[in-house]
Amino acid sequence: MNYHWNWWIFFEPSLDGTNTYLTTLFWGLGWTAATAIVAFAIALVLGSIVGVARTAPIGWMQRAGTIFVEIFRNIPLLVQMFLWYFVLPEILPRDAGMWLKQLPNAQFYTAAVCLGFYHAARMAEVVRAGLLSLSRGQKMAGQALGLTLPQTYRYVLLPVAYRIVVPAITSEFLSCTKNTSVGIAIGLVELTGTARAMQENTFQVFEAFAAATVLYLALNMVIVFAMRAVEKSAVIPGLGNRVAGRGR
Amino acid sequence: MSMITLRDVSKTYGDFRVLSGCSTSVSKGEVVVVCGPSGSGKSTLIKTINGLEPIDSGNITVDGTAVSSPTTNLPLLRAKVGMVFQHFELFPHLNIRENLALAQIKVLKRPRDTALEKGAALLERVGLSAHAEKFPGQLSGGQQQRVAIARALAMDPIAMLFDEPTSALDPEMINEVLDVMVELARDGMTMMVVTHEMGFARKVANRVIFMDRGEIVEDADKNEFFGKPRSERAQQFLSKILVH
Ligand SMILES: Nc1ncnc2c1ncn2[C@@H]1O[C@H](COP(=O)(O)OP(=O)(O)O)[C@@H](O)[C@H]1O
Ligand SMILES: [Mg+2]
Repeated sequence: MNYHWNWWIFFEPSLDGTNTYLTTLFWGLGWTAATAIVAFAIALVLGSIVGVARTAPIGWMQRAGTIFVEIFRNIPLLVQMFLWYFVLPEILPRDAGMWLKQLPNAQFYTAAVCLGFYHAARMAEVVRAGLLSLSRGQKMAGQALGLTLPQTYRYVLLPVAYRIVVPAITSEFLSCTKNTSVGIAIGLVELTGTARAMQENTFQVFEAFAAATVLYLALNMVIVFAMRAVEKSAVIPGLGNRVAGRGR
Repeated sequence: MSMITLRDVSKTYGDFRVLSGCSTSVSKGEVVVVCGPSGSGKSTLIKTINGLEPIDSGNITVDGTAVSSPTTNLPLLRAKVGMVFQHFELFPHLNIRENLALAQIKVLKRPRDTALEKGAALLERVGLSAHAEKFPGQLSGGQQQRVAIARALAMDPIAMLFDEPTSALDPEMINEVLDVMVELARDGMTMMVVTHEMGFARKVANRVIFMDRGEIVEDADKNEFFGKPRSERAQQFLSKILVH
């Protein structure tokens, strides 16, 4: 193989003329992190709502939750990205469509919302599994004390369910972070995008993707450590590894 | 004065009749023990009283309020009726103090300090003041059940429902829970207790209800029941559990 290694390439100015390639990579990392965090926040909130709806004793809520999950979980992420970015503005009323198209950083918002919905469908299943792992008696105990059904979810069921599924939430966060790379398909200049641009302009493919790899790893390690702290604070004294809410 | 009244209550799960034509009532200050073979509908019956189990027909009133009326505020009604479960059902993520305070704060809207004080007083009453900061998983079954009773009492209930409160306990812990219940009965609490602890029934019950296959087969004064149950099924059941 006749490859010309050049690690100094990172310090050469990129095509924009002002920033070095290294700087552009870090900008890419920043967009990746921002997209991941916003998407994950959407996934957590929306996924919790949908997960709760799927366990609620109310028929239409369960059905709506199921439809949401099946739609957003079963269409390929790349296709969803195209649908949000190219198709949605066309099917919206004229003005709304125009507004969407002219939105600054439209790629970022679109990618975050698209990823948020995709992972919300998966998060809903995680939250639902957590809720279903609790004994039926916990819900009854909450209601028997006079808590309303929403209060029972808020103060009794969800706090325990979340604690049980922290590991699954962590892996969802990691996969959400990795999936931000799909944003490249709609022109989001995230980490994969900047590495790709660097490779196309310099032909230093190994250096560019070695850097991207290291930065992705570093970002996910930060998430792993942060979530480990969350996991630690979520431990319920006296419960050990036993399933919470199972009486003894 | 009747605190709890059931009139012709029936309920089915598909083709299966869990409750058929159950009628009884519990007066203020009365202690009624419910017994019967496993699967006879005791838990279901007791859960219909605070609306945790909906019924198909008949009607139930608690303190004059119709439980299954669509206009009844069920959470408000439930807050007035304490319930103790077989598996304690303390909230595992909250320490004992918070377990006792939660519903006082969220349902009765008591100030946090008042709720904590009330909880502490009740914890004292069930002999567990030393454990206020512990979590449910750090207590024995008997201790957990006593906390569960205190948690129900913290709501100042007008009646207490118990569903086999000692049947998940190791034998050496049964009495510490029964003692609390006996004391409660002697203080004049209106109680409906599903249990097979006939010693408890003898000591404090006013009446005993015997259920079989979803029916109230016998509903008799305590002495009458233990003296000579009228139904053959109750006789057989009694002879079986009193041998042990
Ligand atoms: N949700 C349910 N669906 C179907 N059958 C049920 C349900 N809950 C209870 N049952 C049945 O109803 C019968 C009475 O149950 P239960 O009231 O728990 O009896 P007990 O407390 O006397 O043992 C049992 O045969 C049980 O299997
Ligand atoms: Mg039962």
